[in-house]
Amino acid sequence: MSADTDIDSDAAGVPDLHESDVVKIPRGVRLREDKARGGWVLLAPERVFQLDPIAQQVLTRVDGERDVAAIVDDLAQAFAAPRERILVDVRAMLADLITKNILEVA
Amino acid sequence: MNTPSEARQRPPIGMLAELTHRCPLQCPYCSNPVELTRKREELDTETWQRVFAEAAELGVLQVHLSGGEPALRQDLEALVASCAEHGLYSNLITAGVNISRARLEALADAGLDHVQLSVQGATAEVNDYIANLPGAFDKKRAFAAEVTDVGLPLTLNSVIHRANLHQIPDLVELALELGARRLEIAHAQYYGWALRNRAALMPPREQVMEALELVEAARERLKGKLVIDAVVPDYYARLPKPCMNGWGRQSLNVTPAGKVLPCHAAETIPGLEFWNVREQALGDIWQHNPAFNAYRGTDWMPDTCQSCDRREIDWGGCRCQALALTGDATQMDPVCELSPYHDEIQTLAITDSSRDDDFTYRRFAKSTPH
Repeated sequence: MSADTDIDSDAAGVPDLHESDVVKIPRGVRLREDKARGGWVLLAPERVFQLDPIAQQVLTRVDGERDVAAIVDDLAQAFAAPRERILVDVRAMLADLITKNILEVA
Repeated sequence: MNTPSEARQRPPIGMLAELTHRCPLQCPYCSNPVELTRKREELDTETWQRVFAEAAELGVLQVHLSGGEPALRQDLEALVASCAEHGLYSNLITAGVNISRARLEALADAGLDHVQLSVQGATAEVNDYIANLPGAFDKKRAFAAEVTDVGLPLTLNSVIHRANLHQIPDLVELALELGARRLEIAHAQYYGWALRNRAALMPPREQVMEALELVEAARERLKGKLVIDAVVPDYYARLPKPCMNGWGRQSLNVTPAGKVLPCHAAETIPGLEFWNVREQALGDIWQHNPAFNAYRGTDWMPDTCQSCDRREIDWGGCRCQALALTGDATQMDPVCELSPYHDEIQTLAITDSSRDDDFTYRRFAKSTPH
């Protein structure tokens, strides 16, 4: 029944996501806290993705309004980390989830 | 090592709510038990709502509203609303032949997250023959269009066996045409009605292998467009499936009459007593019902499983299958190549696949006076 998959923040993805793209969580997918087990999860048809802390930081910023560049800027500032490196990681993670039909380009 | 006491601390992730056994279809592989529960024995609305509240409290994240045909429950909207109220992801598993546009909109408004529509074949001829319901296929197509039009995400599910295995490429096309984002190609699992109909359903080995390759190729080709999940036919396999990802480990089933089971077929195992939500809270059942602890973790396993590197990958395979094929639920799953029964099972599948039995359609037994 429920597949149980972890999302790695360094998962390899499809690299054709642009900084100006806006990503959204489509209907049928929900992001919520998982109090019983701790952490956050993405709930999708027949699937539960348990998020690591980095994936949680990225996905809680996916609101269907901010573009990829804005999310990366925000993360770079929040974690005082080099922007280029964050961009690579965020892009890979989002592209991977788009391939799995868990996220959509708005 | 995973002892029962450790394992039972883990909360379940998914719950299958079998709201009713009533169904307009008569699929010969139905996962419901051969002895079906009648309407007068079904749980009422309030009890289901309490069960959803208890499930959320326990840690369940997803609820699969199933049956039978769940839409035969007049209170389906209220049950969906109850799932939404408790933050549970609700998945409606339906045959799609009796839900009007207005009702679908009401379900969406109540907070339904996802619709899984069954098709018995990719054409009206095959679909309606397997479901034993003329006109079903056209209704399903119309329903699928309405699901996507209302904006709900759609999964198409098809149980695969000898009479529709040749339609796999057509099922992929149908899923794309109907706007499904996900397709489940689920080879029949031989329990309940499917076990009874095994000689009419079992496909030949070569065709199964060809079908697996077709699905794999389609999955690669349609990446990003259509998610294809496959449930593999295990009689021809070398390794057992991790049934339910382990007994009492991630999920539970609630039957129409309120019994709580680790899986669909668990009631076939003699000597296990399953508790009922009418008498006990869901969390107590999950933790303390001896039937849930009977095959939890790895301590119950036969020696060959205990010493196997895959013991926490396939969790000893399937207890109901061990029972059905060897007469003993504590045996190794005979699908495993290390089982002394393995060769016998392969021979049995090959023999069944060459027979030409008719379907015994899924029906309620003739009424007996009470």
